[in-house]
Amino acid sequence: MGGTPLPEGIKLIDENGKRIDGRRPDELRPLSIEAGVLKRATGSAYLEWGNNKVMAAVYGPRECHPRHMQDPTRALVQCHYNMVSFSVDDRKRPGPDRRSQEISKITSEALTHVVFTEYFPRTSIDVYIEVLQANAGTRCAGLTAASVALADAGIPMRDLVASCAAGKVEDTMVLDLGKEEDNFGQADIPVGYIPRTNEIVLLQMDGDLTIDQFKTGLGMAVDACKKIYDVQRDALRRRYTVPAEADEDTGSAEVK
Amino acid sequence: MSKDVMADLKRDHIVKLLSKGVRVDGRKFDEIRPITIEKNYIMSAEGSARVHLGNTDVIVGVKLIVGQPFSDTPNKGVLTTNAELIPLASETFESGPPGRPAIELARVVDRGIREGQAVDMEKLCIEPEKEVWIMFVDIHALDYDGNLFDAANMAAMAALKSAIVPAKRADKGEDFPLPVTHEPISVTAVKIGEHILVDPTYDEEIVADARLTVATNEKGDLCAMQKGGEGSLTVDEVHKVVELSKRLGAEVRSKT
Repeated sequence: MGGTPLPEGIKLIDENGKRIDGRRPDELRPLSIEAGVLKRATGSAYLEWGNNKVMAAVYGPRECHPRHMQDPTRALVQCHYNMVSFSVDDRKRPGPDRRSQEISKITSEALTHVVFTEYFPRTSIDVYIEVLQANAGTRCAGLTAASVALADAGIPMRDLVASCAAGKVEDTMVLDLGKEEDNFGQADIPVGYIPRTNEIVLLQMDGDLTIDQFKTGLGMAVDACKKIYDVQRDALRRRYTVPAEADEDTGSAEVK
Repeated sequence: MSKDVMADLKRDHIVKLLSKGVRVDGRKFDEIRPITIEKNYIMSAEGSARVHLGNTDVIVGVKLIVGQPFSDTPNKGVLTTNAELIPLASETFESGPPGRPAIELARVVDRGIREGQAVDMEKLCIEPEKEVWIMFVDIHALDYDGNLFDAANMAAMAALKSAIVPAKRADKGEDFPLPVTHEPISVTAVKIGEHILVDPTYDEEIVADARLTVATNEKGDLCAMQKGGEGSLTVDEVHKVVELSKRLGAEVRSKT
C-alpha cells in the first residue's frame, strides 16, 4: 500500500476498465461458504473467496481460562486469527505476530457486538480462524467465516457480520482487492457490516484517499457486504436443510 | 468487577451530562484538550518528543541504526514502531510483553506514519540492497488519561521532525535532519450512546461504545483509519468523524 511502484509491464486496470484478474471495479471474487465442516468444534465454517481458503471454528461457551479473565456479567468472545506457515509464498514464521494479534482484537470486538454475551456469564466463546491459503482480504474472509461458524454453533446472535474490503487501484475505487491490487494499490478499506441494522463493526483504512473516494469505497464495501450476507445465510440454510435422500448436507453457495 | 461497576456508574453520569450537551470536563464535543509538545526531550535519542494531551502524557523516542533493507524495498529505510504500556502509566496496564492494546496502538501510529508517507524512506538508503537506516519509533505512555492514539501520533510526528540522522557516528558521512515530507495527524473520536466526542478522556474511553481514529494529511486526504471497541458506527457517523478529523487535524498540525 501507499503507492509501491508497479513492476514494469504490469497494469492493474486495462484500457477497457477491466482489472488484472478480469473483474469489473465493483465485482467480487467468487465466494463460497460451507457451514458445519468440522466434527469436534461446536460450530465451524469453511470459506473460499477467490484464492483465499479460510477455516473458522467456534468452541464454547465454555469455562473461561485464565479465570481472572472471567466476566461475571457476560461471555468473552475471544478470537484467534492465525495464518498457516504455508499460506503465503514466503514461509510465515508460525505463531502469533503483531499483525495477527491486531486482527484478532478487532475481529473479537466486531463479533462481540452481535453475540448475546449476557446469556453466558463467566464463559469464553473461542473463535479460531485459520488462514490456510492467503490471497489478500483474509481478515474480511476470516470475519465472514467466523460469523457463520458462530451461528452454526447455535450461539444466539443479533445478526451475522459480513465483511469485505474496498480499495483504490490506479486512482479507481475497486471492490475486494486481489493480491496484486493489495500489493501495488493505493488504498485499502476493510469493512465489517451488519446489513439488518446498518451498523459498521469493523473499519480500517490505509493508503491515500480523498474524502469523496472514501465515501465511494465505503459505499461499495457496504453494498458488497449485503451480497456476502446472502451467501452466509444460504450456507446456514443448506446446513440445516435435510435433503430427501441424505441426512447430511454440506452444500455451498455461489455468489451471483 | 469493581472496575465494571464503576464504569456503569460513570457511564450514567457521563451520558446524563452529554444529553444536556456537556462533557464532564466542560469541553465541547469537538474540542481537543490543550496540547503541549516538548521536542528533543531525550538527549540520548536521535529525535524525541514529550506530549501532554490534557492529562495524558506520552513520550516518543526515535533511534536510528544502520541495518539491512527488506528484500522487497532494497532502496528504502525501515520503519519499526513499538509501544509500551507500562504499569507506571495506569493501574490498568500490566508489565510483561506488549498485549493486544499496545500492539494496536503501535500499529495504528505506524500506519499513520507509513501510509501518510511522513518520512522520505528513499533518503534513508545508504547503499541499495546492503545498508539502510532503520528507524525505531518507540512510544512510552507515562500517564494515561485517554486517547493514547492521538497523543502518540503527535509525539511521533514531533519526534520525527526533531530527529537528526547520526551519519557521522556510524561513519556514513555528515549528519542530516530526518527527511520529514508529510505530516499525517490522527484524530480519534468515540461514540457514547448517540453522541460523538473527539479526544476522549480515560473515563469517556472506558464507557465508550466504539472508537474511530482517522489520520489525514496536510491536503486533507485520508491516510489511515482504525475502528475499535465492541460497539458499532453508522455510515453517517463514520463520515462525521472523517470531517471532524480533517478540520481538527489541521488545527493540531499547526501546533506540532
